[in-house]
Amino acid sequence: MQLKRRQFLASASAAALASPAIIGRAMAADGIKFVSILDQSNGLDIYGKPMVETTRMAVDEINDAGGLLGRPIDLKVYDPQSSIQLYTQFATQAAAGDRADVVHAGITSASREAIRPTFSRFQVLYFYNVLYEGGVCDINNFCTGSTPAQTVEKLVPYTMNKWGKKVYIIAADYNYGQITAQWVQKYVRDNGGDPVATEFFPLDVTNFGPTIKKIQQAQPDMVMSALVGGAHVSFYRQYAAAGMNASIPIASTTFGVGNEHKLISAEEGNGMICAYSYFEEVDNATNKAFVQRFRDRLGDDAPALNELAARAYEGAYIWAEAVRQAGSTERMAVIEALRSGVYYDGPSGRVQIEPKTNHANQNVYLAELKDQSFQILETYENQPPTDTLLVCDLVADPNQSTFKFENGLKAAGIDI
Amino acid sequence: MDLVVSLALQILYGIANLALISLGLAIIFGMMRVINLAHGEFLMLGGYTVVIATNNGVNIWIAMLVLAPLVVGVIGVVVERLLIRWLYGRMIDTLLATWGLSLLFIGLVTSIFGASTATTISPPLGVITIGAYTSSGYEMFLIVVTVLLLVAVYATLKLTTLGLVARGTMQNAEMSSALGVSTSRIYMITFGLGAAVTGLAGGLLAPITGILPTIGAVYIAKAFITVISGGMAILAGTATASVLLGGVNGIVAFLTGPTIGEVALLVTAIILLRLMPRGITGTLFRKSL
Repeated sequence: MQLKRRQFLASASAAALASPAIIGRAMAADGIKFVSILDQSNGLDIYGKPMVETTRMAVDEINDAGGLLGRPIDLKVYDPQSSIQLYTQFATQAAAGDRADVVHAGITSASREAIRPTFSRFQVLYFYNVLYEGGVCDINNFCTGSTPAQTVEKLVPYTMNKWGKKVYIIAADYNYGQITAQWVQKYVRDNGGDPVATEFFPLDVTNFGPTIKKIQQAQPDMVMSALVGGAHVSFYRQYAAAGMNASIPIASTTFGVGNEHKLISAEEGNGMICAYSYFEEVDNATNKAFVQRFRDRLGDDAPALNELAARAYEGAYIWAEAVRQAGSTERMAVIEALRSGVYYDGPSGRVQIEPKTNHANQNVYLAELKDQSFQILETYENQPPTDTLLVCDLVADPNQSTFKFENGLKAAGIDI
Repeated sequence: MDLVVSLALQILYGIANLALISLGLAIIFGMMRVINLAHGEFLMLGGYTVVIATNNGVNIWIAMLVLAPLVVGVIGVVVERLLIRWLYGRMIDTLLATWGLSLLFIGLVTSIFGASTATTISPPLGVITIGAYTSSGYEMFLIVVTVLLLVAVYATLKLTTLGLVARGTMQNAEMSSALGVSTSRIYMITFGLGAAVTGLAGGLLAPITGILPTIGAVYIAKAFITVISGGMAILAGTATASVLLGGVNGIVAFLTGPTIGEVALLVTAIILLRLMPRGITGTLFRKSL
């Protein structure tokens, strides 16, 4: 049969049009698609790089142990380069192009809010494994990091008992810092203290001199810091250079999750108190083995581990456990398995999904910085996300996809 | 009274800080009309030199005052020979090329040393007490160094043969060339000196700032605004713009807060450039250096 040019073109283009679907299905049949979108360059890489390493480690471990449901996990990592625009681009790519089974993504709250609606719209299961200000109420989004009711609520009374009731609050000037500062004000007042002043800093401020003078003028008993990023590390150094760390101590809701305690010297950091759901120094066998495996993997270049890195690892395992229980990677089946109380006993202890909020019940540790490492002072086991529980009940109404604290705590009906 | 003195010193430091981070950029811009967008990375490289050197047991003063300017100065000369000299007189092209260079430096430092590098240094020189207030002795030292640096640049330009030839080249490169001056060599030396001054600034700031591969980005905007507000005169421009912008920023930040402080700095620069499009020294102090 002689093939006419027109017929040839028609059949060839039909094959070409059909092929992506064929290839797509063929690939979905062998590997489970796990996409990670985390900043590995520009300002936020101090947070993102360790998270990507631990995500890779978790996926490799699961694959070495035979994969999930007899299938390997196919990990794809995107670097949004600390740019919100690239986050939205890669989120669409992960959902529509890669047809991901699960996406673990986002570091700042701003990036999470940029991509969360995309995953809701495309119905792609989304994990956010970073400590944040609380308030996300989204059936499709699991927030495994710690929230202020778990950490700040412990940190404020502990440090006020130790140091005194006048608290000077300094925070980064974007949604995380603004909302966290309101939580600090609330907890300080709840404990009979006085938040004497609250100041916000754009992320590129490096000269903290005028603020240090104001702190000296206000004479608080302690400073509570929710500063974020590389430029803000200057605050701790200039504070110490003015001799202030000897007289007015600092507690922080952020210090250490970017391994800042390695970026300032021992004498500058000694005595600072922080609370997170994980420290590298957590004393249990699972964590010791985890830290050892991480160092063996990366050798001398291994960064210090912190809550973000540990939770990226645990988040991957919690998802894997839910897939096993569901016996499927189908989104609603996995979501139901997750919400049935799936837990993972990881380096930080037990992390269990709380079904009303899709957040996690988790251990919280309070620690003091000494010679560039954290000494754990207190352990609070199995802490629920009571902040988000105030405003969110996905059991009663699963059809929600909102960020309740978008306009601050007062707008969400919480007195501060 | 204690507060006034202590705050005045703090504002003086804010001014010195601005002058320190801008001077290297001003030298390169004023002499060569090249806007070096890798300026922030030169500062970062100065800081990294100090962190890496002190981690390997080098004395902090030697690392800051000798190694940082030396290393970054050499890098500057290499950059000028390989990249900048092909692009003189093409301002947009140099902007693009030096921006690419800044990305290259960030990438190189990240791949060699990782996303963050642990440090052991803290600011030397202790604390100065003024009544109920304390200030950092090291910040006072930086004020002195900045003044000395400005004097040194003035003396070099005014009193040495190199300075004379450099100023001649700056005013009329073709005429200098006709008189037998190797303008290419002058440009290389100037770029190297500008880079060295920037490296020194980065090194001096290392003990009181966080040093990360990406930290240059937070300095480049402020240095750029200071130099453009100052205008063509290297010294008078940098000094007057630093006093004005640093003073406004310090006072407003103390009275209101850091966010408004930053806004006030930018608003001042915008109004200034509306009234004096060629910068402060384009209108006032026109004969100055």
